[in-house]
Amino acid sequence: MTILFGVFLLTLLVITALAIVRTSHLFSAVILTSIFSLLMAANFFLLDAADVALTEAAIGAGISTVLFLGALALTAEHERTTHVLRLLPLSVVAVTTLIMIYATFDKPRFGDPEAPVHQHVAPWYIEKTPEYIDIPNVVTAVLGSFRGYDTFGEVFVVFTAGIGVMFLFSARPGNRKDSQRQATAEPGQGLRHYLVPRVVGRLLIPFILLFGLYVQFHGEYGPGGGFQAGAIVAAAIILYALLEGETQALRVLPLRALSVLVAGGALLYGGVGVAGILLGSNFLDYSVLAADPIAGQHLGLLLIEAGVGITVTGVLLSIFHAFAARGRV
Amino acid sequence: MELLGLYHYWVFAVLLMIGFYAVIAKPNLFKKLIGLSIFQSAVFLLYITMDKVEGGTAPILQDGVSDVLYSNPLPQVLILTAIVVGIATAALGLGIVVRIKEEYGSIEEDEIQEIDRQ
Repeated sequence: MTILFGVFLLTLLVITALAIVRTSHLFSAVILTSIFSLLMAANFFLLDAADVALTEAAIGAGISTVLFLGALALTAEHERTTHVLRLLPLSVVAVTTLIMIYATFDKPRFGDPEAPVHQHVAPWYIEKTPEYIDIPNVVTAVLGSFRGYDTFGEVFVVFTAGIGVMFLFSARPGNRKDSQRQATAEPGQGLRHYLVPRVVGRLLIPFILLFGLYVQFHGEYGPGGGFQAGAIVAAAIILYALLEGETQALRVLPLRALSVLVAGGALLYGGVGVAGILLGSNFLDYSVLAADPIAGQHLGLLLIEAGVGITVTGVLLSIFHAFAARGRV
Repeated sequence: MELLGLYHYWVFAVLLMIGFYAVIAKPNLFKKLIGLSIFQSAVFLLYITMDKVEGGTAPILQDGVSDVLYSNPLPQVLILTAIVVGIATAALGLGIVVRIKEEYGSIEEDEIQEIDRQ
């Protein structure tokens, strides 16, 4: 049954991807991308990757659709259609696909417990997590503690991308009739005058926020953690901005507060690392944070996951506001 | 089971190349970015396919249960962060596309090159 379901999902993925590339209506392409992500998340779930499925659903199907639509509103909705058949790219793509399919026959059998990928360090992590960290979710343990240094780097990549978007949009638009546009520009009204989105949205937002907090603080015990929670909380606030208008959302959470969140989360993560050094151990070694090494690990994980969540929320919301504000200039 | 495993890898190859085709063949910059995100998702699929252990379950340890087989947590850790980094970099790309549209008035590659040549 699972096999049939897997085949069905994978086939749908290919069909959706083909539709995305073929359509010249970019709005449909973005909506199809959202469906593509949702299918991908279901697929990840079938493959035992609950954490990844949660992330893909929150980020791919939620936030990324909003960002792509935001950018689409600032560019053109239609792709210019060309009827030239591009033979060179098509043949390159076809040949490469065939070579890769040929190569798959040498891959280890699907789900083979003896495959090389399961032999190296993975069993060690599964075996030692209860002993060193004592939390059920091995993914969180590896992400936050064993390989905390890498995650620190990823957080800074997210941080840098946020700063990059803000820099890009700090320049004033060039060849535009500014005064004319400003005269006609109206402050974002949102969907306040539509009854159904307003009522349903108002009902949903508190629960989305609550779910975000649950995912944030339950990440050590079940699927979840800072990355997913950050995306979910950002989605709740973006929904608020869409309903009540961007101005109102900025009144609740002003840009200044967002920049504090962006930098503060990354600094909290780094601060936990430095605290480890000051207490006489290595960077990002949480064992020394409390009298008992296990309690120290728990405290460290809680703090760095909070840092990750804060930064991700801050960056995603800053990027959203940067795109939204550009539309009104 | 054997064929399903191969089917996962074939879908990976096809998705990767569909995304790649959009990147190299479509003149529209926005479409190129969408293609890039399909390309990226295909790589995620490859990694997550490899983490599956037959008869295994998600790597969340259960108390008092022995001889449970867990799938490999490492590819999941890699891909989890990659998804978030992917959206952040895609947003940066979108920002650049919006700036190009503002300066050139177009997001079609050939038109932009035409304006540059003048």
